[in-house]
Amino acid sequence: MTNLRNFKQFILDTVGLMLRGSRMYYIWVGFLLLLITSGVVAYMGQVNNGLLVTNMRDQVSWGFYIGNFTFLVGVAAASIMLVIPAYIYDWGPIKEITILGEMLAVTALIMCLGFVMVDIGRPDRFWHIMPLVGRLNWPQSMLAWDVIVLNLYLLLNWFVVTYLLFSAYLEKHYNKKIVLPLVLASIPMAVSIHTVTAYLYNGLAARPFWNSAILAPRFLASAFCSGPAVLLILLQVLRKTTRLKITDEAIFKIAELMAYTMGFNLFLTAAESFKELYSGTEHVVYFKYLLFGLEKNGVHYNTLVPFAWASIITGFIAFMLFLIPKTRMNWTTLNIGCVLIYASVYIEKGMGLIIPGLTPDALGEIYVYRPSFTEVAVAAGIFSLGALVFTVMLKAAVPMMLGEFTVTGGVKKAIEPEHS
Amino acid sequence: MTDQETRVPAQGCEDTSAACGAGGRREFLGAAVAAVATALTGCGKVSSEEFLQHNFRELSKDEVAQVIARLEKEYKDKFKKDVKVATTEPIPGVIFGYALDLSRCIGCRSCVHACVKENNQSRKPEIQWIRVLEMDKEEGVDLQHAEQYYNPDEVPREGHFYMPVQCQQCKKPPCTKVCPVGATWKEKDGIVVVDYNWCIGCRYCMAACPYGARHFNWGEPHIDAADVNPVTHYLGNRPRPKGVVEKCTFCVQRTRKGLYPACVEICPTGSRKFGNLLDPKSEIRQTLETKRVFKLKEDLNTQPTFFYFYGV
Repeated sequence: MTNLRNFKQFILDTVGLMLRGSRMYYIWVGFLLLLITSGVVAYMGQVNNGLLVTNMRDQVSWGFYIGNFTFLVGVAAASIMLVIPAYIYDWGPIKEITILGEMLAVTALIMCLGFVMVDIGRPDRFWHIMPLVGRLNWPQSMLAWDVIVLNLYLLLNWFVVTYLLFSAYLEKHYNKKIVLPLVLASIPMAVSIHTVTAYLYNGLAARPFWNSAILAPRFLASAFCSGPAVLLILLQVLRKTTRLKITDEAIFKIAELMAYTMGFNLFLTAAESFKELYSGTEHVVYFKYLLFGLEKNGVHYNTLVPFAWASIITGFIAFMLFLIPKTRMNWTTLNIGCVLIYASVYIEKGMGLIIPGLTPDALGEIYVYRPSFTEVAVAAGIFSLGALVFTVMLKAAVPMMLGEFTVTGGVKKAIEPEHS
Repeated sequence: MTDQETRVPAQGCEDTSAACGAGGRREFLGAAVAAVATALTGCGKVSSEEFLQHNFRELSKDEVAQVIARLEKEYKDKFKKDVKVATTEPIPGVIFGYALDLSRCIGCRSCVHACVKENNQSRKPEIQWIRVLEMDKEEGVDLQHAEQYYNPDEVPREGHFYMPVQCQQCKKPPCTKVCPVGATWKEKDGIVVVDYNWCIGCRYCMAACPYGARHFNWGEPHIDAADVNPVTHYLGNRPRPKGVVEKCTFCVQRTRKGLYPACVEICPTGSRKFGNLLDPKSEIRQTLETKRVFKLKEDLNTQPTFFYFYGV
């Protein structure tokens, strides 16, 4: 009962923390709410008029929404990059910040589910996909698998984050017997969410661009570049703006790990490109559309070309910046590297994956897809929702992690811990 | 080819407006959930009965009857005329097969338009289940050289041949496998169907189909009431809602009654052969026996029951 009462207080106090803040905090939250509102308005237009207001059509039946979804699954999966050294090797410097990785995972997953929701034609039939109530085509459909693993992963991370913060709030050390197995379970689960998402495309023989055995490894490698890039920047912001102690050592260690995954990611990209371009079968047409553009009936189609090369070049520069110790340990070049690798993977695992998979279409038609205004507005709304979720979580979590905000400390009417 | 429209060769149309119906089941979810759904769909067009309707394959006879009554009322309200929705079952001992003669087809697209009329495809935005590809004779069957939007004064065009593509009714359909909710499946007579009231519109099946045979209702489908074919099947040509996938069903509303599909009947060159694969005397079996046939993208092992051949 005490625990329950404490938990209620914990929730109330957390909400209280989220609602109070500096002027900057209100401006930031207000800005996000504005973007969310414009996203909601755009989405209502889409619901009323159908997906006709997007630029997706039968030829390119998935676009910006699913591209963002795929990219964000990678961000969610990448949180384990911090968990592994922290818990398995009990490596101190990272341990404190693991919880940030888990919060990032929760945020990314919420955005993932948001992008799936806005992409489906009949959101009112959402319950059809729920196990038991609806009719989930499991184990046949990879999308059914994805629904299951993404939601489990979301629940798991949510629970761990909440439990760790609640323990900190109660000024207790968390119970290792509860946390450790869950954290250990989250490692294979993180791998599995991104593997299943890769299989979703991988299993489609109709789309040779996706039907490649190294698609899942490529997904994982690129995710372990982009996810930590977000965290590296975030950690620097946090230690500047809060009293959270994050050592240089922790940041450089993550950066070093990223250098390896970035190298591996480039290698896998090269391996795939070699196979496609050197053997030059009819399936090379999708790669050509991505990298060089196609010519049909005298018309040149090269919409993706600048993006594809931007992704490759930024990916390579970022790799060099992270590989060379001098630039890795220089804050300016490190942050440039983070931005570059994030951009590189965002292109590669977003539109750079979806669009050439569907262009030319199954009957050889080239339909040039560019997201419509509605798609951009809705996507901006979902990213803002993610940013808002992450902001308010951080707002509450940081003081708790610092031990400044506990059941006895920061609260007006403290609850007596009768026992524990 | 760069414009941002789903391009469909030829023909335009006008609109009619939408309404909704009544009827019902699955009370346990409660009216509250239905209210949420109504809010979600924005305009309150989905009735609670429609919202709570379960997958067609799980409905009892009574429930099917209720659903049909509801749909017929809905169509009556919308089109001001009687639209019959049948649920004719597959005929035992029948598996349908189709063969198309590439040397006879002249690319006139009669089949395309007969199909649109018969199957109540949306006229605006336009949906066409049959896509006729104009191919270079020099390239043979090479989809990277196919052109769907040919528009000469006269067909066939010099140096070209024509290849209509529609649902290949695969024995191993990749589209049904991937559907996350089991809204599409293969019937006993080999026809791959969609439950338009169960499809969530995720379009995974469209990504999985190697033949571009699946089409999505990107907007609210519009057909002039006068143009609505009132003889329909639940799994076939009944008017569809917005936001779901549809496809060729070999005219399930006709073929289960022993009629030819509309495209076979209309074809002026007799390029299209259709029949029961299990009947040795059928036209389709005669074609398979006397002509050398091939399957489109046979390397994908989808095992179509739709064959192509060179008759001459």
